[in-house]
Amino acid sequence: MSLSKIKFDKKIVLSFWIILIALIIAAPTILPVFRLNLLGRYLSLSIVALGVDLIWGYTGLLSLGQGIFFALGGYCAAMYLQITSSSEFPNNIPEFFALYGVEKLPFFWEPFRSPVFTFLAIWIIPALVAGLIGFLVFRNRIKGVYFSILTQASLLVFFNFFNGQQKLINGTNGLKTDVTQLFGQMVGSEYMQRIFFWITAILVIAAWFFAKWVVKGRFGNILIGIRDDEPRVRFTGYNPVIFKTIIFSIAGGLAGISGALYTVQSGIVSPQFMTVPFSIEMVIWVAVGGRGTLLGAILGAVFINYAKSLVSEALPASWMFIQGGLFILVVTSLPEGVLGWIQGDGPRNLLQRFGLKRKIETYPSLEINNKEGNNE
Amino acid sequence: MNNKDLLNLIDITVSFEGFLALNQLNLNLKKGELRAVIGPNGAGKTTFLDVITGKVKPTKGEVIFKGKSLVGRKEHKIARLGVGRKFQSPRIFENLTVKENLEISVTTPKSPLNLINKNIKDEQLNEIDRLMKIVNLAQKVDSKAGSLSHGQKQWLEIAMLVGQKPDLMLVDEPVAGLTDEETDLTADLLKSLSGENTVVVIDHDMEFIRRLDSNVSVLNQGTVLCEGTMETIQKDKKVIDVYLGRPED
Repeated sequence: MSLSKIKFDKKIVLSFWIILIALIIAAPTILPVFRLNLLGRYLSLSIVALGVDLIWGYTGLLSLGQGIFFALGGYCAAMYLQITSSSEFPNNIPEFFALYGVEKLPFFWEPFRSPVFTFLAIWIIPALVAGLIGFLVFRNRIKGVYFSILTQASLLVFFNFFNGQQKLINGTNGLKTDVTQLFGQMVGSEYMQRIFFWITAILVIAAWFFAKWVVKGRFGNILIGIRDDEPRVRFTGYNPVIFKTIIFSIAGGLAGISGALYTVQSGIVSPQFMTVPFSIEMVIWVAVGGRGTLLGAILGAVFINYAKSLVSEALPASWMFIQGGLFILVVTSLPEGVLGWIQGDGPRNLLQRFGLKRKIETYPSLEINNKEGNNE
Repeated sequence: MNNKDLLNLIDITVSFEGFLALNQLNLNLKKGELRAVIGPNGAGKTTFLDVITGKVKPTKGEVIFKGKSLVGRKEHKIARLGVGRKFQSPRIFENLTVKENLEISVTTPKSPLNLINKNIKDEQLNEIDRLMKIVNLAQKVDSKAGSLSHGQKQWLEIAMLVGQKPDLMLVDEPVAGLTDEETDLTADLLKSLSGENTVVVIDHDMEFIRRLDSNVSVLNQGTVLCEGTMETIQKDKKVIDVYLGRPED
């Protein structure tokens, strides 16, 4: 890679960041609260997308079950909000229990009275569940398509379990959060939603820095090594099982945080978070944005979801076709995703096709030393 | 078995659903030895490496390395014990740079915590510099390994193997696709590695094997047909029949 190319990449990443941060700062003043809330939700989805990029883009593990961890994070947050807002209901337990004749709080709700426990549970529980599933799968050397199928099957197991447990977690109806109280404020209120927007914006940036730290250096190189040639990593003396378990667990934790933020901003968590299409969409965001770029995952999640809401408002039935078309377009002509295309030779090739930029004819080795190369 | 032996393969049999890839193979390697292994296609050369490195579990038999049995151990554990392997076609990490490839190989301990917490040690960086000079890749430090020529990839993989500091190096067809000049350099490199390291080279190229000037084991149908210097085996009737072919009169 020539020096000019590296500078070019940095410029792109930097300019995207400036635009993104400017948008985030400007958003609360220029957007009506309804749009702001949508943006907040989409930003929270970009955190789960970062996790997908870590496991799929960097490590080659295509998980179709990230909805499990996303929903677990959401349920943790919702349980806390429900239980701390239940003082006026019968038996001092959340209202829905009365519908099913439950009088005593199920034992696993108890710890969620504590805010500290909840803050930890939101990311630690999904991370632990992911770590456990991951370890069992990776230890048995299940990979590729079989791994994807297995994660999807696990998703269905979780979906069916949560769907059927009315007496424990209100089953298919899910847990509402918008009418609950947090620090004396209604969670669904405009004031709280603005605060959640800021929290989300900060956490997206923090999650990006964290993901960047994970993939930089030798640890990230091993992940890429596992993606490209796992047996080779083994024969060099590394145990891929541990590396894959760690990264899958990290992605699970990120999904949990994402799910909690999404829940408080959309007002409800339900087993719908664990449907098959939703987890596949997460993969599409990353594929369209650009695998293995981190920033592409964030942009993909935010822009596709914003497009989804705009298109759905205008032409309600057409979004599925557009999303499918987008995915096919990316797979067939932009395999590296939009950001990957921009960072690669995409724009130059396009300009060349229209005769707008001179073709460079040189040997790669000359390109490194040739000062003219810097003009690109 | 002898104390000076680094590796003993004892009556190794590998059966793939009835097909005997290795059949009661016995082979001993002394410390510091350079050994060439040749044999016709399907003789079991690669399976022989698979058994030592833990990729294939022998149906019967025992692999003793530095006095420990390797049978049933995981690949990465065997690698950490000091067995390094270079694959038939160059297997390097094409999306990483030359330097990053070498970092992966020289890093110790190979645990996730060490990798994420600490920067690479200075002595390991020096080792990388040394290795890159040996294989003439110093100019290519920050190039993607995928952009190297075939010969450079072969050498990078050999450098990665050396960087692992294995006691036993298993080298599978290191000169496939190399030019004559590169082949000669590789032969010299492998010769210089032996003595300190124990090296097993598998290849077809008779000129190359001759240049290694080492003991040769001839494999055929999963068993050792004959062992000795190049001179001896070239005169061996059995070897001539199965492998070298009779000179045309």
